[in-house]
Amino acid sequence: MEILVCVKRVPDTSENEIEVNSNGADIERDDLVYSVNEWDNYAVEEAIQLRDKVGGSVTVVTVGDDESEEVLRREMAMGADKGVLLSDDAFTGSDGMGTTAILKAEIEKGKYDLILTGAQADDGAGQIGGMLASILDVPYASLVNYIEVLDENKIKVGREIEGGNQEMNELNLPCVLSIQTGINEPRYVGIRGIRKVAKLEIPIHGASDLGISADSVGAAGARVKRVDYFVPDFGEGAEILEGSTDEKIEKMIEILKAKGGIK
Amino acid sequence: MESMLISPAKFIFFGFLPGWVLSLSLLIIGLGVFTYIIWKRILPIKNASPDNSRLDRIPERIVKLAKLWFLQARHPRYPFVGILHILIFFGFLILSVRTGSLSVIGIFENFELPGLAYNQPLGQVYNIIKDYTATIVFFTCLIAAVRRSLFKPARYNVPEKYGHDHTLEAVFVLAIIMGLMISESIFEAAAASAGNDGHTPQLTLVWMFSEILNGSSHGMLQKTHLVSYFFHDALFFFFLCFLPMGKHFHVITSVFNVFFMRIDKGNIKPVVYGVNDEGLDDLESFGVKKIEDFTWKHMLDFYSCADCGRCSDHCPANAAGRPLSPRFISIKCRDFLFRKYPVIGKPSNNRELIGSVLEKDEIWSCTTCGACEEECPLLIEYIDKIVDVRRGFVDDGNVPQSLQKPLGALEKRGNPWGKMEKKRADWAKDEDFSKDYTVKILGRKESADTLYFVDSISSYDDRMQDIARATARLLSDSGIDYGILGKLEKDSGHEVRRFGEEMLFQDLKDNNTEAILNSGVKNIVTADPHAYNALKNDYANLPPVVHISEVIERKVKTGDIRLKEIEDKSRVYTFHDPCYLGRHNELYAPPRAVIDAVPGIKRIDMKKSGDRSFCCGGGGLMLFYEPEEEQRMGVLRVGMAKEAGANVIVTACPFCLVNIEDAIKVAGMEGEMNAIDLTELIDRHVIRE
Repeated sequence: MEILVCVKRVPDTSENEIEVNSNGADIERDDLVYSVNEWDNYAVEEAIQLRDKVGGSVTVVTVGDDESEEVLRREMAMGADKGVLLSDDAFTGSDGMGTTAILKAEIEKGKYDLILTGAQADDGAGQIGGMLASILDVPYASLVNYIEVLDENKIKVGREIEGGNQEMNELNLPCVLSIQTGINEPRYVGIRGIRKVAKLEIPIHGASDLGISADSVGAAGARVKRVDYFVPDFGEGAEILEGSTDEKIEKMIEILKAKGGIK
Repeated sequence: MESMLISPAKFIFFGFLPGWVLSLSLLIIGLGVFTYIIWKRILPIKNASPDNSRLDRIPERIVKLAKLWFLQARHPRYPFVGILHILIFFGFLILSVRTGSLSVIGIFENFELPGLAYNQPLGQVYNIIKDYTATIVFFTCLIAAVRRSLFKPARYNVPEKYGHDHTLEAVFVLAIIMGLMISESIFEAAAASAGNDGHTPQLTLVWMFSEILNGSSHGMLQKTHLVSYFFHDALFFFFLCFLPMGKHFHVITSVFNVFFMRIDKGNIKPVVYGVNDEGLDDLESFGVKKIEDFTWKHMLDFYSCADCGRCSDHCPANAAGRPLSPRFISIKCRDFLFRKYPVIGKPSNNRELIGSVLEKDEIWSCTTCGACEEECPLLIEYIDKIVDVRRGFVDDGNVPQSLQKPLGALEKRGNPWGKMEKKRADWAKDEDFSKDYTVKILGRKESADTLYFVDSISSYDDRMQDIARATARLLSDSGIDYGILGKLEKDSGHEVRRFGEEMLFQDLKDNNTEAILNSGVKNIVTADPHAYNALKNDYANLPPVVHISEVIERKVKTGDIRLKEIEDKSRVYTFHDPCYLGRHNELYAPPRAVIDAVPGIKRIDMKKSGDRSFCCGGGGLMLFYEPEEEQRMGVLRVGMAKEAGANVIVTACPFCLVNIEDAIKVAGMEGEMNAIDLTELIDRHVIRE
């Protein structure tokens, strides 16, 4: 089974203090550290496990700048066979549809049975999976937490439904799945793993390699434009507790007691 | 001598078989089978990983051998059974001479060891000693057998998941030893009763049996003499060949295992001996994945385990109900080696180790506190083995999810919480602190004699920053010219290494080493024993490192630090030895001296203290690991402090403080029990003008 996983490099919310920058259109990126979007990690782990079970190969692909190469290497260190970086100045500022179009062009260069994305990204809109299936005209299942290969043309997938319910579906291949966290336990990638794949070549495909016209993607082609980015003002009833952890906890308990939350 | 009876060598059995032929056959078969079995036992050792560190420092090794093997120095830690063992051990040493010559006497009836002949003074003394020795060994084994089979001390229990009970094997071997003592004595007694002029020292087994045999017919004595001889001879060779089949292999291996012991404390074995840090990238695989990945010494450890259970008796993980019992690491691996390399038949290709012999949770449960190694009379190592298996896990990506986040954060941010590097020195900006004290951040502009290495937890954790500030105040008050590295400091990587992520540790180490050397400091002080151990024993080529307790001890002596009367006289203090200050670095006295320097303080020791200290739950990455356990180690520890009659636990490690403060809450003992760091205690009592 030929599997393609779309991944994304994101600022890790747990290891950064996110602040909006001075012009208000983005976050302050100077002191940020980045990692693979958490959901994508589960998707790659699932792809590797499927490949190990039924054979085939796993390709990871990302749309990004030169620095995005590091997330491809990390996923290759996990066990993905190939990495492809989709990078071009023309891609900068793409909206969801633009990114999808870039991915579609790459996907159509190969022959993939299964395309996985993360269910969403830390800094994203959770839109790529659905859009991709739609423009590729293939079946789609979202929030997938179980995959079983039935035969060469068919898979069975489980989906997490609100309220802890589970739904099972059969899909024909090729198809697109967006992967929910918890589907597996992604393996650890250490520095040693990354060094082992440090010398593997990662092809970079730009707009011309993919046959995309520069004005259809990037900021030029974007039909959704971000106009503002800010931390919301405190609404009515919202309060930020100040002080040390202990003091915050004490205040929290006071409030909960006062409002009848605990006795 | 023994003229009245025909000797075993001269007796003709069944009218044609001379006794000497029988004895010689027993000797040849016995030694032959023994050699064959030992050869089979050496096979896996030949396939094991290398370890070239065991033949250095020979004089030191000889001293250790004399103390720990010959003088059995660790045995009295368990006084009753320890003394039993010492008696049997010396009995074996003394009787080995007799047993050796006895098996030759069956071939050459007049054989005597040079100098130890019956008619020589030394020989006569030896003969009396060996008769008493045999008697003592017999009764000691009898007591041991009764103890094992009737009193069944709890530490010998075999939990169901580890297989069947081991009592039968233990008692069987004790019975063999008793059989050897009896048969040798009867052999002697029969000769004596038949009229030879040998000794029958009073109250020995020989004396008892000769009292019984006196007056028996000559034929009866002759038969008894021969039967007891050949019974002894056959039993001895059976015993010899039985030793390498189980826990009594230690009778043979112990001398080697102790000689090849690990001499240094606190450090961790290299990934592969003979491969330096620069060569690590070229290694195909890291750590232990199959049994042969253990070093030859570690295999010798497996063979040498006497199943005494002292390790597990002191293992805090075992006490807390985590799925780890060091004893069974050895026993399970030994049994696996025996199965994989059978005495009869070819070695199997079984490569399975993890999941079938060792379990993941078992290996992650260890806090590397070192209590097991401190206790083992045979100097068996556990920490290196566990770290090596973890290295294998990390290499295969097999790391619990709870540890992946902190490891990732350590890689990116140099601390397990993923906090910003630039905030590493923020603890010194605290309002109350900064109005009286300034901490230099070493770099291009600032330099100092002493580096205070803070490490991650005291830099970032709200509560543990109090330790950093107390330490800084004490250093300032003592007039020490010191500074910190600020954002250039990364986590010491102490647990990163011990959790098997060697390459990340190497990165952290290189980073810190460079920053420290660039700072130009002449010495290093830290209040975190994990950092202390890492810098002292894992890093190389750094300026000398001391723990804050050593500094305070010195400064109290010189009078640079003067202390006032204890604040609350009603409280009873106890010192909890942090594993990496105590057991791994043997700093037991300085922190106690520092506490005792506070006038009017009342300090007592818990039952488990000093080198028997009980781990609080583990530091570094262990704070993030979510073990299966019935109880927190910290809660057990707080209970021990209460039992000792203390109501303040003083420790000298931020991780101990985290665990113990949490445990006090979990145990519902807030108000009746307190925990405080040594630096905080002293900081509160410093006289400042």
